[in-house]
Amino acid sequence: MHVERYEKIFMALTLVVLLAALAAIGAGVFAAGVHLPSAAGRIDPKTIRQAPPFDRPGVRELAPGEYEVVLIARAWAFEPNEIRVPRGSTVRFRVASADVIHGFLIENTNVNVMVIPGQIAEVTARFERPGEYVFLCHEYCGFGHQQMFGKVIVE
Amino acid sequence: MSSIARTAGAERIGAGEAIYLAEQLWPIRGQLYLGLIGLALGGYMGLLQALERIGVNLYPAHFLKSYYQGLTLHGVLLAFLFTFAFSNSFLSLTTIRGFQRPLASTWLAHGAFWTMLTGTVLAAFAILTNQATVLFTFYAPLKASSLFYLGAVFLVLSTWLTSANQLLTLRAWRREHPGEPIPLLGFVSVVTYLMWDLASVGVAILVVVFLLPWSLGILSSVDPQFDRVLFWFTGHPIVYFWLLPAYVSWYLMIPAQVGGRLFSDGLTRFVFLLFLILSTPTGLHHQYTDPGLPTVMKTVHLFTTFAVVYPSFITAFTVMAALESGGRARGGRGLLGWIRALPWKDPSATAQLLAMLVFTLGGATGIVNASYSVNLVVHNTAFVPGHFHMTVGTAVALTAMGICYWLIPFLSGRELWGRRLALAQAWLWAIGMLIFARGQIAGGLSGMPRRTAIGDAAYLNLFHWSLDNWLTAIGGVVMTTSGLLFFVVVIGTLFFSRPLARPVEIPLAEVTHGARESWPLFDRLSLWFLIAVGLAVVAYGPVILGYLPLNSVSPPIKVY
Repeated sequence: MHVERYEKIFMALTLVVLLAALAAIGAGVFAAGVHLPSAAGRIDPKTIRQAPPFDRPGVRELAPGEYEVVLIARAWAFEPNEIRVPRGSTVRFRVASADVIHGFLIENTNVNVMVIPGQIAEVTARFERPGEYVFLCHEYCGFGHQQMFGKVIVE
Repeated sequence: MSSIARTAGAERIGAGEAIYLAEQLWPIRGQLYLGLIGLALGGYMGLLQALERIGVNLYPAHFLKSYYQGLTLHGVLLAFLFTFAFSNSFLSLTTIRGFQRPLASTWLAHGAFWTMLTGTVLAAFAILTNQATVLFTFYAPLKASSLFYLGAVFLVLSTWLTSANQLLTLRAWRREHPGEPIPLLGFVSVVTYLMWDLASVGVAILVVVFLLPWSLGILSSVDPQFDRVLFWFTGHPIVYFWLLPAYVSWYLMIPAQVGGRLFSDGLTRFVFLLFLILSTPTGLHHQYTDPGLPTVMKTVHLFTTFAVVYPSFITAFTVMAALESGGRARGGRGLLGWIRALPWKDPSATAQLLAMLVFTLGGATGIVNASYSVNLVVHNTAFVPGHFHMTVGTAVALTAMGICYWLIPFLSGRELWGRRLALAQAWLWAIGMLIFARGQIAGGLSGMPRRTAIGDAAYLNLFHWSLDNWLTAIGGVVMTTSGLLFFVVVIGTLFFSRPLARPVEIPLAEVTHGARESWPLFDRLSLWFLIAVGLAVVAYGPVILGYLPLNSVSPPIKVY
């Protein structure tokens, strides 16, 4: 097959561009430690309130500076919708849905995960700066979807 | 080639070999107009969404219960009806033109039209009666009326009938032309649908095996995580089903429209085959943030997604080279002078040139979405609609409108009416879209969720989204103006224009390095299709086997 010289050069260069982008992603994962959510257990949304740890939604201190937040997402609120942790805390969020698909995004962090009925979503964030971090539902979940939010207050 | 030039008016066909048969043209025409009705209504819903951003709520005035009911119409009418109907229409016509013979089956051509119409009526009824406010992704366990799922079945069925007809036509052509290379226009038309045949299997299983029985009460529960895997099996490659008809025009028609040549027949085949084999094994990059799927397979799909970027990069070169050859042939000089020499007074070419320009930004933002960890910043934010309005909303939609500027005269036998309006339409669409996308992308980067009634959001005052919302709204108004101009031109052409003075030809590019310099193996379509199936199995087998057993815990829920 005949391929023009410039075309060959272009095809080689774009390959380099793509490989460079992949290398940058690799650096983000291995050097900066940015990880994607993955499987963290299954749960039945119908009986979520009887199943530990979702029988007691809220904030728990695991160790000094380390917290676990258990969150239930339902149409159309997070329980709890206000979370207080001291600055410098590392917080592990365990989120599950009691009904339809929801989303969980905390502004100014890398926390961004789907909350899918039947699955436990687990994400971690470190809060260095004091202030309010809004978290919200980013997946359409019915008529009141736009009302669904909460705050992490870092003191 | 010019000997087959003729209008499509049934009675005027007959000189030479009759390839455009009246009984095959009406379903082609019918689907185009059905698609354009979808574009008009779906696009109008976009205006309501844009205005909602700045606190203007027009939904009650339109008998719509919510922003989300309008958004479902917007998504279904534009992403399914408009795109499917346009593809069926346009790529049936290119099949006829490509193979220089009528479609093998008039019955299938009619079937494609009637199934498309049936699917549209069923889905539209369910949505308009607020029984299917589930957006175009219809994620379980949000439950829609069975009529909605049935409508989706018919819409997909219509595309399969079109594909079957193309394949029968290819077979008939092969019998008449043993040993010859497949004509390029026919090749790209058939391969586009072959890609979709494989891709659509995911959503077909989702709807027929799970959602339809579940909505009828035959199944009590479904597994929302698994359903999303099936959805995105189709949900990514569907974007190439939207895009490839535009590529057909960019590769094979635009060079002729700007007076240039397509360089390489072989590379064109190669690009379309890459889309055939690489489009489907990529869906997990829409599910990077899904909790129930392993990161290993997410990583595999990262690589395949970057691989499917590659044919678009080659396209960037090939199409630009064809444009440059045209610009220089028209007297353009210097490094960039050929750009000014392109036919900027021709609305069909201009619309598509602008579509390509906006697509470069659409493609670049798409690579951001696909970039694994970077996706965490933008996933499900307004960045994503910012991105895909520059791809499907411009690269595809504006190209389709540009194609209409010769296609509607071709099909109706009437002169294009209001050329200057059409020219203004193209520019307004591109400008409006860039303003809109700027608003959405900036909003998304600061956490604005997508598919959300932002004007009514409880957290609106906690963010600084004012400028982003205004840009979104202004862009939406500019695009609506453009859309209005488009339909003025279409209606003017159909009802108020004079008959064509000279017959319109389907523009078809000359090729510098033709089919004889291509690689004969490219034409072994069943082999390439098998490779595509194999790659899909490799990419999805571990995902599905690793996920089982199903976690069917979700009964239907209606919260809209």
